[in-house]
Amino acid sequence: MRLRQIFLFATLSGPLLLCGACGIQPWVKPYERDRLADPIMAWDRDAISNAYLDHIRESREGSRGATGGAGGGCGCN
Amino acid sequence: MAHRHIFARAALLAALLLIRSTIADVLPDNRADVFYSKYSGGGMDITGYSATARAKITENFAVEANYFVDKVSGASVDVLSQASVIKDTRKQKSGTLEYLHDKTTYTASYMSSVERDYISDTASFSLSQSMFGDLTTITLGFANTHNKVGDNGGTANKPDITWVGHALTRAYSGGVSQIITKNFIAGVNLQVITDAGYLANPYREIRYLDPTKAIGYTLASQVYPDTHTSTAVQVQAKYYLPYRAAVTGLYRYYNDTWGVVGNTYELDYTHPIANEWIFEGRVRYYKQGAATFYSDLFPFALSQNFTARDQNLAALDNTTVGAKVTYAFLPDGWKVFKRGTVTGDVSRIRFNYRDFRDIRDFGVASVPAYSPGAEPLYKFSATVYQLYVSMYF
Repeated sequence: MRLRQIFLFATLSGPLLLCGACGIQPWVKPYERDRLADPIMAWDRDAISNAYLDHIRESREGSRGATGGAGGGCGCN
Repeated sequence: MAHRHIFARAALLAALLLIRSTIADVLPDNRADVFYSKYSGGGMDITGYSATARAKITENFAVEANYFVDKVSGASVDVLSQASVIKDTRKQKSGTLEYLHDKTTYTASYMSSVERDYISDTASFSLSQSMFGDLTTITLGFANTHNKVGDNGGTANKPDITWVGHALTRAYSGGVSQIITKNFIAGVNLQVITDAGYLANPYREIRYLDPTKAIGYTLASQVYPDTHTSTAVQVQAKYYLPYRAAVTGLYRYYNDTWGVVGNTYELDYTHPIANEWIFEGRVRYYKQGAATFYSDLFPFALSQNFTARDQNLAALDNTTVGAKVTYAFLPDGWKVFKRGTVTGDVSRIRFNYRDFRDIRDFGVASVPAYSPGAEPLYKFSATVYQLYVSMYF
Protein backbone atom coordinates (compact mmCIF):
# COMPACT_ATOMS: atom_id res chain seq x y z
CA MET A 1 0.00 0.00 0.00
CA ARG A 2 2.74 2.40 1.02
CA LEU A 3 4.73 1.49 -2.09
CA ARG A 4 1.71 2.32 -4.20
CA GLN A 5 1.45 5.77 -2.57
CA ILE A 6 5.13 6.47 -3.27
CA PHE A 7 4.70 5.37 -6.86
CA LEU A 8 1.64 7.57 -7.25
CA PHE A 9 3.46 10.58 -5.75
CA ALA A 10 6.44 10.04 -8.04
CA THR A 11 4.18 9.73 -11.07
CA LEU A 12 2.31 12.95 -10.33
CA SER A 13 5.25 15.06 -9.18
CA GLY A 14 7.69 13.90 -11.86
CA PRO A 15 6.37 16.10 -14.68
CA LEU A 16 6.24 19.10 -12.34
CA LEU A 17 9.88 18.60 -11.33
CA LEU A 18 10.91 18.22 -14.95
CA CYS A 19 8.97 21.35 -15.87
CA GLY A 20 10.72 23.24 -13.07
CA ALA A 21 14.05 22.07 -14.36
CA CYS A 22 13.19 23.32 -17.84
CA GLY A 23 12.20 26.72 -16.42
CA ILE A 24 9.39 28.62 -18.10
CA GLN A 25 10.76 31.85 -19.49
CA PRO A 26 8.76 35.09 -19.88
CA TRP A 27 7.31 34.64 -23.34
CA VAL A 28 6.62 38.30 -24.20
CA LYS A 29 9.95 40.07 -24.40
CA PRO A 30 10.34 43.70 -23.27
CA TYR A 31 10.85 44.86 -26.86
CA GLU A 32 7.51 43.23 -27.81
CA ARG A 33 5.48 45.30 -25.36
CA ASP A 34 5.07 48.53 -27.30
CA ARG A 35 1.35 47.91 -27.83
CA LEU A 36 0.85 47.06 -24.18
CA ALA A 37 2.57 50.33 -23.29
CA ASP A 38 0.06 52.35 -25.32
CA PRO A 39 -2.16 54.42 -22.96
CA ILE A 40 -5.26 52.80 -24.48
CA MET A 41 -4.12 49.49 -22.91
CA ALA A 42 -3.92 50.86 -19.34
CA TRP A 43 -6.36 49.27 -16.88
CA ASP A 44 -6.94 52.57 -15.18
CA ARG A 45 -6.30 55.42 -17.60
CA ASP A 46 -8.34 57.91 -15.54
CA ALA A 47 -8.26 56.83 -11.90
CA ILE A 48 -10.19 59.82 -10.55
CA SER A 49 -12.95 59.43 -13.12
CA ASN A 50 -13.19 55.67 -12.58
CA ALA A 51 -13.37 56.19 -8.82
CA TYR A 52 -16.21 58.65 -9.31
CA LEU A 53 -18.17 56.27 -11.57
CA ASP A 54 -17.65 53.44 -9.08
CA HIS A 55 -18.92 55.80 -6.38
CA ILE A 56 -22.09 56.45 -8.39
CA ARG A 57 -22.66 52.73 -8.88
CA GLU A 58 -21.86 51.53 -5.39
CA SER A 59 -24.22 54.05 -3.85
CA ARG A 60 -27.13 52.67 -5.88
CA GLU A 61 -26.36 48.97 -6.05
CA GLY A 62 -26.04 46.24 -3.45
CA SER A 63 -22.69 45.10 -4.86
CA ARG A 64 -19.31 46.51 -3.97
CA GLY A 65 -15.60 45.79 -4.35
CA ALA A 66 -13.09 44.06 -6.64
CA THR A 67 -13.26 46.77 -9.31
CA GLY A 68 -9.57 47.70 -9.12
CA GLY A 69 -7.00 46.46 -11.55
CA ALA A 70 -4.08 44.65 -10.01
CA GLY A 71 -1.45 47.26 -10.69
CA GLY A 72 -0.21 48.05 -14.15
CA GLY A 73 -0.41 45.33 -16.73
CA CYS A 74 2.28 46.72 -18.97
CA GLY A 75 5.50 45.76 -17.21
CA CYS A 76 7.25 47.51 -20.03
CA ASN A 77 9.95 49.41 -18.17
CA MET B 1 -29.43 62.24 4.18
CA ALA B 2 -30.38 59.57 1.73
CA HIS B 3 -26.80 59.81 0.59
CA ARG B 4 -25.22 58.77 3.85
CA HIS B 5 -24.52 55.29 2.55
CA ILE B 6 -23.02 56.76 -0.59
CA PHE B 7 -20.40 58.57 1.37
CA ALA B 8 -19.40 55.71 3.63
CA ARG B 9 -18.94 53.48 0.65
CA ALA B 10 -17.35 56.22 -1.38
CA ALA B 11 -14.74 56.87 1.28
CA LEU B 12 -13.87 53.20 1.42
CA LEU B 13 -14.00 52.82 -2.30
CA ALA B 14 -11.85 55.81 -3.01
CA ALA B 15 -9.25 54.57 -0.56
CA LEU B 16 -9.21 51.23 -2.28
CA LEU B 17 -8.98 52.89 -5.65
CA LEU B 18 -5.88 54.68 -4.53
CA ILE B 19 -4.44 51.21 -4.22
CA ARG B 20 -5.01 50.35 -7.82
CA SER B 21 -3.06 53.28 -9.17
CA THR B 22 0.05 51.53 -7.98
CA ILE B 23 2.33 50.53 -10.83
CA ALA B 24 5.38 48.40 -10.32
CA ASP B 25 8.96 49.28 -11.32
CA VAL B 26 8.57 53.00 -11.99
CA LEU B 27 6.36 55.42 -10.13
CA PRO B 28 3.87 57.34 -12.29
CA ASP B 29 4.61 60.84 -13.57
CA ASN B 30 4.01 64.01 -11.60
CA ARG B 31 0.59 65.39 -12.38
CA ALA B 32 -2.10 67.78 -11.25
CA ASP B 33 -5.82 67.34 -11.96
CA VAL B 34 -8.89 69.48 -11.59
CA PHE B 35 -12.18 67.62 -11.87
CA TYR B 36 -15.83 68.62 -12.19
CA SER B 37 -18.76 66.23 -12.07
CA LYS B 38 -22.51 66.43 -12.11
CA TYR B 39 -25.02 63.68 -11.41
CA SER B 40 -28.63 64.36 -12.21
CA GLY B 41 -31.40 61.80 -11.83
CA GLY B 42 -33.98 60.31 -9.52
CA GLY B 43 -34.77 63.76 -8.15
CA MET B 44 -31.18 64.31 -7.05
CA ASP B 45 -28.52 66.75 -8.22
CA ILE B 46 -24.97 66.15 -7.03
CA THR B 47 -22.19 68.47 -8.11
CA GLY B 48 -18.59 67.54 -7.36
CA TYR B 49 -15.33 69.48 -7.52
CA SER B 50 -11.96 67.91 -7.00
CA ALA B 51 -8.27 68.84 -7.11
CA THR B 52 -5.43 66.32 -7.02
CA ALA B 53 -1.69 66.82 -7.02
CA ARG B 54 0.94 64.15 -7.19
CA ALA B 55 4.70 64.53 -7.07
CA LYS B 56 7.75 62.32 -6.92
CA ILE B 57 10.06 63.46 -4.15
CA THR B 58 12.71 61.03 -5.37
CA GLU B 59 12.60 58.33 -8.03
CA ASN B 60 11.45 55.90 -5.33
CA PHE B 61 9.12 58.04 -3.26
CA ALA B 62 5.92 59.89 -4.22
CA VAL B 63 3.19 61.79 -2.42
CA GLU B 64 -0.37 62.55 -3.52
CA ALA B 65 -3.07 64.76 -2.07
CA ASN B 66 -6.72 65.06 -3.06
CA TYR B 67 -9.53 67.37 -2.01
CA PHE B 68 -13.09 66.60 -3.08
CA VAL B 69 -16.29 68.51 -2.41
CA ASP B 70 -19.75 67.09 -3.15
CA LYS B 71 -22.80 69.32 -3.03
CA VAL B 72 -26.05 67.39 -2.82
CA SER B 73 -29.50 68.84 -3.34
CA GLY B 74 -32.92 67.53 -4.25
CA ALA B 75 -35.18 64.83 -2.97
CA SER B 76 -34.92 61.14 -3.78
CA VAL B 77 -37.89 58.82 -3.99
CA ASP B 78 -37.73 57.67 -0.38
CA VAL B 79 -37.23 61.19 0.91
CA LEU B 80 -40.19 62.43 -1.12
CA SER B 81 -42.24 59.65 0.43
CA GLN B 82 -41.48 61.26 3.78
CA ALA B 83 -41.92 64.88 2.65
CA SER B 84 -38.49 66.44 3.18
CA VAL B 85 -35.63 67.53 0.96
CA ILE B 86 -31.87 67.13 1.01
CA LYS B 87 -29.23 69.81 1.00
CA ASP B 88 -25.79 68.85 2.15
CA THR B 89 -22.09 69.15 1.43
CA ARG B 90 -19.45 66.52 1.86
CA LYS B 91 -15.77 67.41 2.11
CA GLN B 92 -13.20 64.72 1.61
CA LYS B 93 -9.44 64.93 2.02
CA SER B 94 -6.93 62.23 1.33
CA GLY B 95 -3.19 61.77 1.33
CA THR B 96 -1.11 58.95 -0.13
CA LEU B 97 2.51 57.91 0.17
CA GLU B 98 4.15 55.53 -2.28
CA TYR B 99 7.51 53.88 -1.95
CA LEU B 100 9.13 51.81 -4.66
CA HIS B 101 11.79 49.26 -3.79
CA ASP B 102 13.10 47.07 -6.59
CA LYS B 103 9.98 45.37 -8.01
CA THR B 104 7.69 46.22 -5.12
CA THR B 105 5.57 49.32 -4.57
CA TYR B 106 4.23 50.02 -1.08
CA THR B 107 1.27 52.39 -0.78
CA ALA B 108 -0.21 53.87 2.39
CA SER B 109 -3.10 56.30 2.41
CA TYR B 110 -5.45 58.07 4.74
CA MET B 111 -8.80 59.61 3.92
CA SER B 112 -11.25 61.69 5.90
CA SER B 113 -14.79 62.48 4.75
CA VAL B 114 -17.07 64.84 6.66
CA GLU B 115 -20.66 65.87 6.22
CA ARG B 116 -22.91 67.16 8.91
CA ASP B 117 -24.52 63.79 9.68
CA TYR B 118 -21.77 61.38 8.63
CA ILE B 119 -18.05 61.20 9.40
CA SER B 120 -15.82 58.59 7.83
CA ASP B 121 -12.09 57.88 8.23
CA THR B 122 -10.19 55.28 6.23
CA ALA B 123 -6.61 54.07 6.50
CA SER B 124 -5.33 51.70 3.86
CA PHE B 125 -2.18 49.89 2.87
CA SER B 126 -1.26 47.91 -0.20
CA LEU B 127 1.70 46.42 -1.97
CA SER B 128 2.19 45.60 -5.60
CA GLN B 129 4.84 43.17 -6.79
CA SER B 130 6.00 42.78 -10.38
CA MET B 131 7.49 39.41 -11.25
CA PHE B 132 8.22 36.83 -13.94
CA GLY B 133 9.97 39.20 -16.29
CA ASP B 134 7.35 41.82 -15.47
CA LEU B 135 4.65 39.73 -17.12
CA THR B 136 2.83 39.31 -13.82
CA THR B 137 1.79 41.87 -11.22
CA ILE B 138 0.34 40.81 -7.88
CA THR B 139 -1.42 43.29 -5.59
CA LEU B 140 -2.52 42.84 -1.97
CA GLY B 141 -4.45 45.44 -0.01
CA PHE B 142 -6.11 46.16 3.29
CA ALA B 143 -8.33 49.07 4.34
CA ASN B 144 -9.86 49.94 7.68
CA THR B 145 -12.78 52.39 7.86
CA HIS B 146 -14.53 53.91 10.83
CA ASN B 147 -17.91 55.58 10.25
CA LYS B 148 -19.92 57.74 12.61
CA VAL B 149 -23.57 57.75 11.60
CA GLY B 150 -25.99 60.59 12.32
CA ASP B 151 -29.67 61.24 11.78
CA ASN B 152 -30.93 64.71 10.91
CA GLY B 153 -34.19 65.17 12.78
CA GLY B 154 -34.39 68.79 11.65
CA THR B 155 -34.73 70.22 8.18
CA ALA B 156 -32.32 70.80 5.32
CA ASN B 157 -31.70 74.37 6.45
CA LYS B 158 -32.02 73.84 10.20
CA PRO B 159 -30.40 70.49 10.92
CA ASP B 160 -30.78 68.72 14.24
CA ILE B 161 -28.27 65.87 14.22
CA THR B 162 -28.51 62.87 16.52
CA TRP B 163 -25.58 60.46 16.34
CA VAL B 164 -27.16 57.03 16.14
CA GLY B 165 -24.20 54.68 15.87
CA HIS B 166 -20.81 53.65 14.55
CA ALA B 167 -19.73 51.18 11.92
CA LEU B 168 -16.37 49.56 11.31
CA THR B 169 -15.44 48.25 7.86
CA ARG B 170 -12.45 46.15 6.89
CA ALA B 171 -11.61 45.36 3.30
CA TYR B 172 -9.15 42.73 2.12
CA SER B 173 -8.18 42.61 -1.53
CA GLY B 174 -5.90 40.68 -3.83
CA GLY B 175 -5.35 40.75 -7.54
CA VAL B 176 -3.26 39.40 -10.38
CA SER B 177 -2.61 41.12 -13.69
CA GLN B 178 -1.03 38.97 -16.39
CA ILE B 179 0.38 39.72 -19.83
CA ILE B 180 -0.86 36.87 -22.02
CA THR B 181 0.50 37.92 -25.42
CA LYS B 182 1.96 41.10 -26.87
CA ASN B 183 -1.64 42.18 -27.63
CA PHE B 184 -3.55 40.75 -24.69
CA ILE B 185 -3.62 41.30 -20.93
CA ALA B 186 -5.99 39.82 -18.36
CA GLY B 187 -6.56 40.17 -14.64
CA VAL B 188 -8.57 38.91 -11.72
CA ASN B 189 -9.41 40.75 -8.50
CA LEU B 190 -10.87 39.40 -5.29
CA GLN B 191 -12.17 41.54 -2.45
CA VAL B 192 -13.73 40.54 0.85
CA ILE B 193 -15.30 43.31 2.92
CA THR B 194 -16.70 42.97 6.43
CA ASP B 195 -18.81 45.52 8.30
CA ALA B 196 -19.90 45.64 11.92
CA GLY B 197 -22.05 48.16 13.77
CA TYR B 198 -24.87 50.42 12.64
CA LEU B 199 -25.33 49.48 8.98
CA ALA B 200 -28.80 50.78 8.10
CA ASN B 201 -29.67 54.06 6.45
CA PRO B 202 -31.75 55.91 9.08
CA TYR B 203 -33.50 57.99 6.40
CA ARG B 204 -35.06 54.97 4.73
CA GLU B 205 -38.06 53.21 6.24
CA ILE B 206 -40.04 50.03 5.79
CA ARG B 207 -43.80 49.94 5.40
CA TYR B 208 -46.25 47.30 6.57
CA LEU B 209 -49.93 46.73 5.92
CA ASP B 210 -52.18 48.62 8.31
CA PRO B 211 -55.93 48.47 7.63
CA THR B 212 -56.54 51.19 10.22
CA LYS B 213 -54.85 53.77 7.93
CA ALA B 214 -56.58 55.31 4.92
CA ILE B 215 -53.51 54.70 2.77
CA GLY B 216 -53.40 51.08 3.93
CA TYR B 217 -49.90 50.99 5.43
CA THR B 218 -47.67 52.46 8.13
CA LEU B 219 -43.99 53.48 7.89
CA ALA B 220 -41.50 52.19 10.48
CA SER B 221 -37.77 52.04 11.09
CA GLN B 222 -35.60 49.51 9.30
CA VAL B 223 -33.87 46.84 11.41
CA TYR B 224 -30.57 45.58 9.96
CA PRO B 225 -28.17 42.89 11.14
CA ASP B 226 -25.10 44.28 12.92
CA THR B 227 -22.70 42.44 10.63
CA HIS B 228 -22.25 42.13 6.88
CA THR B 229 -19.62 40.32 4.82
CA SER B 230 -19.35 40.49 1.05
CA THR B 231 -17.21 38.74 -1.53
CA ALA B 232 -16.62 40.04 -5.02
CA VAL B 233 -14.57 38.54 -7.83
CA GLN B 234 -13.90 40.38 -11.06
CA VAL B 235 -12.20 39.08 -14.18
CA GLN B 236 -11.19 41.44 -16.95
CA ALA B 237 -9.35 41.27 -20.23
CA LYS B 238 -8.06 43.86 -22.66
CA TYR B 239 -7.11 43.21 -26.26
CA TYR B 240 -5.20 45.39 -28.72
CA LEU B 241 -6.96 45.11 -32.06
CA PRO B 242 -5.11 44.69 -35.39
CA TYR B 243 -5.42 48.45 -35.87
CA ARG B 244 -4.68 50.93 -33.08
CA ALA B 245 -7.69 50.42 -30.81
CA ALA B 246 -8.49 48.35 -27.74
CA VAL B 247 -11.48 46.42 -26.52
CA THR B 248 -12.03 45.60 -22.84
CA GLY B 249 -14.43 43.11 -21.31
CA LEU B 250 -15.13 42.46 -17.66
CA TYR B 251 -17.39 40.35 -15.50
CA ARG B 252 -17.94 40.61 -11.76
CA TYR B 253 -19.70 38.18 -9.45
CA TYR B 254 -20.84 39.40 -6.05
CA ASN B 255 -22.54 37.82 -3.07
CA ASP B 256 -22.94 38.69 0.59
CA THR B 257 -24.28 37.40 3.89
CA TRP B 258 -27.49 39.39 3.40
CA GLY B 259 -28.39 37.25 0.41
CA VAL B 260 -27.65 39.78 -2.32
CA VAL B 261 -26.19 38.21 -5.48
CA GLY B 262 -25.07 40.55 -8.24
CA ASN B 263 -23.65 40.12 -11.75
CA THR B 264 -21.94 42.88 -13.72
CA TYR B 265 -20.98 42.82 -17.39
CA GLU B 266 -19.11 45.59 -19.21
CA LEU B 267 -17.68 46.11 -22.65
CA ASP B 268 -15.49 49.10 -23.61
CA TYR B 269 -14.03 50.18 -26.92
CA THR B 270 -11.15 52.68 -27.05
CA HIS B 271 -10.11 54.33 -30.32
CA PRO B 272 -7.37 56.95 -30.61
CA ILE B 273 -6.95 59.28 -33.55
CA ALA B 274 -3.38 60.40 -34.14
CA ASN B 275 -1.74 61.32 -30.86
CA GLU B 276 -4.24 63.99 -29.94
CA TRP B 277 -7.59 62.30 -29.46
CA ILE B 278 -8.81 59.20 -27.64
CA PHE B 279 -12.46 58.23 -28.00
CA GLU B 280 -14.06 55.64 -25.76
CA GLY B 281 -17.50 54.05 -25.66
CA ARG B 282 -18.85 51.66 -23.03
CA VAL B 283 -21.88 49.56 -22.25
CA ARG B 284 -22.51 48.12 -18.79
CA TYR B 285 -25.28 45.90 -17.49
CA TYR B 286 -25.85 45.09 -13.83
CA LYS B 287 -28.43 42.85 -12.19
CA GLN B 288 -28.95 41.80 -8.58
CA GLY B 289 -31.35 39.79 -6.45
CA ALA B 290 -32.91 41.16 -3.26
CA ALA B 291 -31.55 40.74 0.27
CA THR B 292 -33.28 38.03 2.29
CA PHE B 293 -34.77 40.56 4.74
CA TYR B 294 -35.89 43.05 2.10
CA SER B 295 -39.54 43.59 1.29
CA ASP B 296 -41.40 46.42 -0.37
CA LEU B 297 -44.39 45.78 1.90
CA PHE B 298 -44.30 43.71 5.09
CA PRO B 299 -47.52 41.94 6.18
CA PHE B 300 -47.60 43.42 9.68
CA ALA B 301 -45.41 45.20 12.27
CA LEU B 302 -42.41 43.23 13.56
CA SER B 303 -43.20 40.40 11.16
CA GLN B 304 -39.54 39.31 11.18
CA ASN B 305 -36.30 40.02 13.05
CA PHE B 306 -34.65 42.06 10.30
CA THR B 307 -36.53 44.33 7.96
CA ALA B 308 -35.36 46.59 5.13
CA ARG B 309 -36.92 48.63 2.36
CA ASP B 310 -33.75 50.27 1.09
CA GLN B 311 -33.87 50.22 -2.70
CA ASN B 312 -30.17 49.28 -2.82
CA LEU B 313 -31.17 45.90 -1.39
CA ALA B 314 -34.11 45.36 -3.76
CA ALA B 315 -34.04 43.21 -6.88
CA LEU B 316 -32.95 45.58 -9.63
CA ASP B 317 -31.09 45.98 -12.86
CA ASN B 318 -29.50 48.93 -14.61
CA THR B 319 -27.96 49.64 -17.98
CA THR B 320 -25.29 52.24 -18.66
CA VAL B 321 -24.23 53.68 -21.99
CA GLY B 322 -21.27 56.04 -21.84
CA ALA B 323 -18.86 57.97 -24.04
CA LYS B 324 -15.59 59.70 -23.29
CA VAL B 325 -13.25 61.85 -25.32
CA THR B 326 -9.74 62.95 -24.33
CA TYR B 327 -7.79 65.66 -26.11
CA ALA B 328 -4.04 65.97 -25.59
CA PHE B 329 -2.54 69.46 -25.79
CA LEU B 330 0.86 71.08 -25.27
CA PRO B 331 2.71 68.21 -26.97
CA ASP B 332 5.95 70.21 -26.71
CA GLY B 333 5.33 71.32 -23.16
CA TRP B 334 4.96 74.76 -21.61
CA LYS B 335 7.07 76.11 -18.76
CA VAL B 336 7.17 73.36 -16.12
CA PHE B 337 4.49 71.28 -17.83
CA LYS B 338 5.43 68.45 -20.18
CA ARG B 339 1.93 67.97 -21.60
CA GLY B 340 -1.74 68.18 -20.73
CA THR B 341 -5.05 66.48 -21.43
CA VAL B 342 -8.67 67.54 -21.16
CA THR B 343 -11.40 64.91 -20.93
CA GLY B 344 -15.18 65.01 -21.20
CA ASP B 345 -17.28 62.03 -20.18
CA VAL B 346 -21.04 61.48 -20.21
CA SER B 347 -22.99 58.42 -19.05
CA ARG B 348 -26.67 57.67 -19.18
CA ILE B 349 -27.96 55.08 -16.66
CA ARG B 350 -31.39 53.49 -16.66
CA PHE B 351 -32.45 51.97 -13.32
CA ASN B 352 -35.27 49.42 -13.08
CA TYR B 353 -36.50 48.08 -9.76
CA ARG B 354 -38.34 44.79 -9.77
CA ASP B 355 -39.72 44.84 -6.22
CA PHE B 356 -39.41 48.43 -5.06
CA ARG B 357 -42.57 50.42 -5.67
CA ASP B 358 -42.98 54.13 -6.22
CA ILE B 359 -45.14 55.41 -3.37
CA ARG B 360 -44.53 59.12 -4.04
CA ASP B 361 -47.75 61.09 -4.30
CA PHE B 362 -49.75 57.96 -3.72
CA GLY B 363 -49.36 57.78 0.03
CA VAL B 364 -50.46 61.26 1.01
CA ALA B 365 -53.80 61.52 -0.75
CA SER B 366 -56.90 60.98 1.38
CA VAL B 367 -58.15 58.56 -1.25
CA PRO B 368 -55.09 56.65 -2.45
CA ALA B 369 -54.80 55.99 -6.16
CA TYR B 370 -53.42 52.51 -5.57
CA SER B 371 -53.92 49.85 -2.95
CA PRO B 372 -50.72 48.99 -1.03
CA GLY B 373 -48.45 46.78 -3.08
CA ALA B 374 -50.13 47.71 -6.37
CA GLU B 375 -48.21 50.96 -6.96
CA PRO B 376 -46.07 51.09 -10.11
CA LEU B 377 -42.54 49.75 -9.85
CA TYR B 378 -39.96 52.49 -9.44
CA LYS B 379 -37.68 53.35 -12.36
CA PHE B 380 -35.61 56.36 -13.30
CA SER B 381 -32.80 57.54 -15.53
CA ALA B 382 -29.72 59.47 -14.53
CA THR B 383 -27.09 61.39 -16.46
CA VAL B 384 -23.52 61.72 -15.24
CA TYR B 385 -21.22 64.40 -16.63
CA GLN B 386 -17.50 64.68 -15.99
CA LEU B 387 -14.99 67.24 -17.17
CA TYR B 388 -11.37 67.26 -16.07
CA VAL B 389 -7.99 68.65 -16.97
CA SER B 390 -4.76 66.80 -16.24
CA MET B 391 -1.36 68.48 -16.39
CA TYR B 392 1.84 66.42 -16.33
CA PHE B 393 5.10 67.89 -15.12
